[in-house]
Amino acid sequence: MSEKIIPGITTERTEKLIAQTLAEMPEKARKKRQPHVGANEPEASVCAVKSNRKTVPGVMSARGCAYAGAKGVVWGPIRDMVHVSHGPVGCGYYSWGTRRNLVQGVPGVTSFAMDFTSDFQEKDIVYGGDKKLEQLLREADALFPLNHGLSVLSECPVGLIGDDINAVTKKMEQELGKIVVPCNCEGFRGVSQSLGHHISNDSIRDFVIGKRSFDAPATPYDVALIGDYNIGGDVWAAKPILEEMGLNVRATWTGDGAIEEIAATHQVKLNLIHCYRSMNYMCKVMEEKWGIPWVEYNFFGPTKIAESLRKIAALFDADIQAKAEAVIAKYTPMAQAVIDEYRPRLEGKTAMLFVGGLRPRHTVGAYEDLGIQITGTGYEFAHQDDYDRTAPEMAKGTLIYDDVSEFEFERYVEELKPDLVGSGIKEKYVFQKAGIPFRQMHSWDYSGPYHGYEGFRIFARDIDMAINSPTWKLIKSPF
Amino acid sequence: MSAESAVRRIERTPPAEIERVRKWIFTEEYREKNFARQALVVNPAHACQPLGAEMVAHGFKDTLPFVHGSQGCASYFRSTFNRHFREPAPTVADAMTEDGAVFGGQNNLFEGLENAYSLYKPKMMAVFTTCMPEVIGDDLTAFIKNARLQGHIPADFPLPYANTPSFNGSHINGYDAMLKSILETLSAGHAPQGADNGRINLIPGFDANTANYREYKRMLKAFDVPFTLLADISDAFDSVNDGTYRPYPGGTPLEEAAEVLNGKATLALQKYSTVNTLKWLGEAAQGTVESLAMPIGIRNTDAFLLKLSELTGKPVPEELKAERGRAVDALTDGHQYLHGRKFALYGDPDYLLGLVSFLLELGARPWHVLCSRTTRKFEKEMKALLETSEFGRGCTVYINRDLWHLHSLLATDPVDGIIGDTHGKYLARDHNIPLFRVGFPIIDRINLHRLPLIGYTGTLNLLTQLANRFLDIQDETCEDQWFEMMR
Repeated sequence: MSEKIIPGITTERTEKLIAQTLAEMPEKARKKRQPHVGANEPEASVCAVKSNRKTVPGVMSARGCAYAGAKGVVWGPIRDMVHVSHGPVGCGYYSWGTRRNLVQGVPGVTSFAMDFTSDFQEKDIVYGGDKKLEQLLREADALFPLNHGLSVLSECPVGLIGDDINAVTKKMEQELGKIVVPCNCEGFRGVSQSLGHHISNDSIRDFVIGKRSFDAPATPYDVALIGDYNIGGDVWAAKPILEEMGLNVRATWTGDGAIEEIAATHQVKLNLIHCYRSMNYMCKVMEEKWGIPWVEYNFFGPTKIAESLRKIAALFDADIQAKAEAVIAKYTPMAQAVIDEYRPRLEGKTAMLFVGGLRPRHTVGAYEDLGIQITGTGYEFAHQDDYDRTAPEMAKGTLIYDDVSEFEFERYVEELKPDLVGSGIKEKYVFQKAGIPFRQMHSWDYSGPYHGYEGFRIFARDIDMAINSPTWKLIKSPF
Repeated sequence: MSAESAVRRIERTPPAEIERVRKWIFTEEYREKNFARQALVVNPAHACQPLGAEMVAHGFKDTLPFVHGSQGCASYFRSTFNRHFREPAPTVADAMTEDGAVFGGQNNLFEGLENAYSLYKPKMMAVFTTCMPEVIGDDLTAFIKNARLQGHIPADFPLPYANTPSFNGSHINGYDAMLKSILETLSAGHAPQGADNGRINLIPGFDANTANYREYKRMLKAFDVPFTLLADISDAFDSVNDGTYRPYPGGTPLEEAAEVLNGKATLALQKYSTVNTLKWLGEAAQGTVESLAMPIGIRNTDAFLLKLSELTGKPVPEELKAERGRAVDALTDGHQYLHGRKFALYGDPDYLLGLVSFLLELGARPWHVLCSRTTRKFEKEMKALLETSEFGRGCTVYINRDLWHLHSLLATDPVDGIIGDTHGKYLARDHNIPLFRVGFPIIDRINLHRLPLIGYTGTLNLLTQLANRFLDIQDETCEDQWFEMMR
């Protein structure tokens, strides 16, 4: 790959910007933040930017908590389970329907994108909530009998008061004859959502995987889609492409997921992983225990999609490889038409990103397909391996920031003046008030899907709409 | 492997079984079972205390909300406000983690205060708690005292703080606790001396409709009386876009709030969200302290204006009298589209009391009234209100029940319309009943917080939204022979 260069972006300028920005922070905070920001070095095998450390108190971080990672990311998208937010009312309330992990099914009958909570009161804190939980699970199963499983997601107080939800779920799994999963994802654990993903993966390892077998004969082409959460319908745009190239997608983790299919995933031949951060743990477990290989792929933008399809196909026979080429040949002209329509309006624009698990690096190619260069990127909750995968995707000297504070992010954007910022809801209106076009890149800003060829068309339309909306021109008042 | 052979095959639910359950959840039998549950809450219509505390903080000028506890909570509160208002909600957290659970959160608080003070340059930080420090028993009073003593924050920097455990009450209680603490903090050293300053302190309560605040101000200005609106979120959550981001675009000036005890009177337009604040003011303030029903509808607005008239000794201004006349004209013109229609309502106690009063005076029927976290006192008050009107006959009140209970109510005893926040949209769809979005949060429609619901203008807005929606439905769904030009 030829080295990317962005006019005006140099290591020197970026380092100066970082130094100036951090200089405004109190000394202790500056020292803590320093290792988390840097100028990109594409050739480095280890990215110098440090990550997965505690948030600095008081700096205004965008991070969530372990519960958010467990409920919002891993468990919430599983459509046919009752997910119990165990503890006080807030956590379940705020995470109810706010991630856009769409599901099929009849709401309240076969799919349960609802808020189930034990709504802890003072007495539950004092006397413990285990008995209540037991009764709650019984009531939930009786009122929603077509559920295929129940998960119990602990909120902060549960771990602090010493409840033993694992004993309760074990008992109730026997009583109800369904998969009942404990997840000790109290929000104070770890430094971000990330530990919630890991804890949830461990719960799947310990309480789910291997408990079911598929109800159709095995084939050499059985795969699972891992780390696609069906935001705005992403799974529904990704799965058909894989099926068109001859693969059988037997389970989706966890977007529009079915718990029993997840429980049978140890029978597939290959795991395809999109969001490495949140699901690599289980891929590694399945590799170690069942010898299932896994491969990372990227379904954002035609360049990366084609690369990914060839990479996946190479792991199968000539038939699949030929079909993959046919899929690429079929959809490339459509993607080119999208590029022809939008690229002239977007060529030479720049964008800065700050998102979650995979998008700060995975979407770079899609922007580049449209002629947009990424001048800065970073993650809320990534680890070293994410940054190592990011460095080669970014141009030399671009700004890399981990768990960026609002204070820093504002300064960086002010200096680099991107034409677009792609980040979350908490950042959206800050930048829009500053007159900078913005797209939410967690929720696709209530649009989507963005995965696959169909998703690229929508992505291109949305990015063009954000940058070229005439409304931005109204901001400057004539008086 | 022999263990493998014991593994169960995936079971798919047969379509007939899905059909059976789909019908079953609409039955009387299911309703009975649903209402018998003791432990499970499904789809509650209330948030937790700290969210309310954060909203109060945003209502004061140059004030930074400060969450003591888990950072994830702060992100949840902020994003809920972001989604409802489509505005920034700058808030910091001191990000307690496992070691905080063991050693307490004092060091996090110290470091957080220092950083937030220096980076975001607030004039006040309003500290409130999440579950974690509440469960481990952090002593905020001591922590904040120590923070000053050890120089983490200037000695005179206002740091009101409130305990806001999420396992107690709801967001309206957090609102109350934080408001009381802010007023106590700011008014320290401004105790009543001599004559009052002639100002009226107005407390709207937990209200996420920014236009209501502007409407209150407009009405008070019409009376030409000096006033202090506490806590005024209207500019913080409905700020201009002129190309410059401002973290603190408005709010009640701190120096004005500091004089709260010297006002001529304090008037709260919600009472369930201001219980402790009013209790304290009643003891500490020199003026009268009282609460009125939220001025939704003609009669409640009348009562509000009469109270202002009484307090100021001035007649109700002509322009407001004319507004009343126009709103009443619209009601007499439009009542035929709403008379006798049944509504299900859910939300916060004060909002519900206001909305029910409006429906009754319109001749509509507040058939199911549900509040998912409240007191017996509210239940009594609501029942008494329903009894004041023949249109309240047969209407029922449900407290500490949730939106899945309401699902059963709508299935077995249907209504014509639902009034509540966005979370009711699944009910609306399941039962094919229109949802009128009122309350918090509204995260699936734009700008509803920019249309006032209080006062005569708000009454007119409500009437218009309700009536026209029913007319739209009629036009969209009637058979050809019933489709006509006029309605």
